[in-house]
Amino acid sequence: MAFLPLVAHVSPDSIVAWRADGPVTLRRFLAEVRCLAALFPAGNHLLNLCADRYRFSVGLAAAILTGKVSLLPSTHTPGVVRQIREFAPDVFCLTDNDACPVDLPRLRYPAMDVEGGADVFEIPQIDARQRIAVVFTSGSTGSPQPHAKTWAGLVGSVRAEASGLGLLPNAPCVIVGTVPPQHMYGFESTVLMSWSNGNTFCHAQPFYPADICQALAAVPAPRVLVSSPAHLRALLDSGLALPEISLVVSATAPLSMRIAKEMETLCNAPLMEIYGSTETGLIATRRPTQSAEWQLLPEIRLAVKNDAVHACGGHVETSTALNDVIELVAEGKFLLHGRIADLVNIAGKRHSLASLNHLLNTIPGVLDGAFFMPDEGSHDQITRLAACVVAPGMTAPQLLTALREHIDPVFLPRPLLFVDALPRNGTGKLPREALQALVQTRSAGKNRTNGVTRWMVPADHPAFAGHFPGTPILPGVVLLDMALQVLSDAAGIGLESCEIGSVKFLSPAKPGDTLEIRHEFQTGGIIRFDIADGARKIAGGNIVLRPPA
Amino acid sequence: MNNIQKPVVSSNSELQLEVAVLMIECLNLEITADQIDPDAPLYGEGLGLDSIDVLEVALVVSKRYGMQLRADSADNQYTFSSLRSLADYIAAQRTR
Repeated sequence: MAFLPLVAHVSPDSIVAWRADGPVTLRRFLAEVRCLAALFPAGNHLLNLCADRYRFSVGLAAAILTGKVSLLPSTHTPGVVRQIREFAPDVFCLTDNDACPVDLPRLRYPAMDVEGGADVFEIPQIDARQRIAVVFTSGSTGSPQPHAKTWAGLVGSVRAEASGLGLLPNAPCVIVGTVPPQHMYGFESTVLMSWSNGNTFCHAQPFYPADICQALAAVPAPRVLVSSPAHLRALLDSGLALPEISLVVSATAPLSMRIAKEMETLCNAPLMEIYGSTETGLIATRRPTQSAEWQLLPEIRLAVKNDAVHACGGHVETSTALNDVIELVAEGKFLLHGRIADLVNIAGKRHSLASLNHLLNTIPGVLDGAFFMPDEGSHDQITRLAACVVAPGMTAPQLLTALREHIDPVFLPRPLLFVDALPRNGTGKLPREALQALVQTRSAGKNRTNGVTRWMVPADHPAFAGHFPGTPILPGVVLLDMALQVLSDAAGIGLESCEIGSVKFLSPAKPGDTLEIRHEFQTGGIIRFDIADGARKIAGGNIVLRPPA
Repeated sequence: MNNIQKPVVSSNSELQLEVAVLMIECLNLEITADQIDPDAPLYGEGLGLDSIDVLEVALVVSKRYGMQLRADSADNQYTFSSLRSLADYIAAQRTR
């Protein structure tokens, strides 16, 4: 029987993690693991919701040592929690949050006082075949599909990852992650990778750019930032100065070249992207500023079977179809060309469109409905789903509440459009183009439309007093103010967030004139406007919408 | 980590409206500013924002008001619990 150590650190004084109060030695970590394990109830399944990464790791290690399986669903909505309970009726929840809303038997992460060192020091050896975790994907019928992970599979995956990223074994680098350890990416690339490669990780899960900077500054160099495109973009746009970083890792969605380049310049360090899936774990890496091609990890192979590309070898224990459109370019190298049409991936969360549609149509009151994924504009902005529903008598909040029971909020439709019928064809199918046309027409009708507003100049407008005695003429500034009011209402923006591009006053406006203010949205955030009294042009120009400074 | 207390400075309705407009513009929400109840939750049931939205809004807020948002607790729910709490936070932290 093969055994692999829980951690690759060797000395009892090796640092395994950084908490707010400083470094944690391996000796102390193992003492806390034993302390927590002694408190575990009898159930064999654990939902580890600790937000603090160190506490999560203690919970995970305690589960491993007591033979319990950690369950990692992709979200924790009430509906998914019910499904988890059906999957494993003995499941309990480990949490470090007193307000944890999950409806399961709960174990509060305890305050621990283990003055380390009294115990005999021994690094636990784990059976390579032990089932450590079950991760879930959305499946196509609304019930999550389980995928079991063995200790050998996980250790193989993260060891290969560390070598693909060039992280030296047992080097004192500290991994700071912005991604949760409950997600496969964070699970592998922060906690497990640092265990199996003998590195260290930071307890925090920083969210805002300022928090990320603080978490980085709180640990010693060399630092590794494990993050996602959304966090990296926020970090760059914040303009904050970063502490020295040796390596930036990104996954969950393709990173734009702009972010990759700017991040490398800002940190003066390589940025590596990793590619994998819930089913396979990590299988390839690339440095996007140097090559668009992905490099497979040494023992992983890709093969085309029944029109789908499958991964196998190394830690991928059974040949697994990949959910992306992949072009094999050379031995061990490939290009990614987006996801397979049925799948949506929003901020690293994946769902099947078929499954979302299934869930939508099982809501009482929904007669017909379909989700629609718009074409992604740029990698820097996250594209959201839209949905069209036929649900007479239902309101949007009712429908969204029903959906929220089952799906992660990132998949909630925006916009949610109520329609009389879906544009199904003769065979009942819903062509994507027809749905796209429907969404575009309806969305355009809601906002940002061109239009005309009429305004009669009141004879007693206070601006006429003295402007000019005997010859009342509406001052240009009043006219312009009126135009801006109309335009900002139409664009749904505040007056302070537009600037005047150009304006021409062609003819005076007088008391009692009925003015027509026409506006037209143009590209680049420009709104063209014209003010006329019948055929007589009064003024014209444009304003430029800009983000608030 | 030190706990940041609920800010002592309160926002007025003018700032709340301004922040509401900012959010609507930043997230392309299909709602007008006066439809946002200042005390309704922004997450989940109320306006339905999620953490990606919060990151977006945080960027715009930090630029507009010259401040950096910080997580107030591990799960970061207080500041974005309602329009009023977000506006209070801004009122307390803004530098412009």
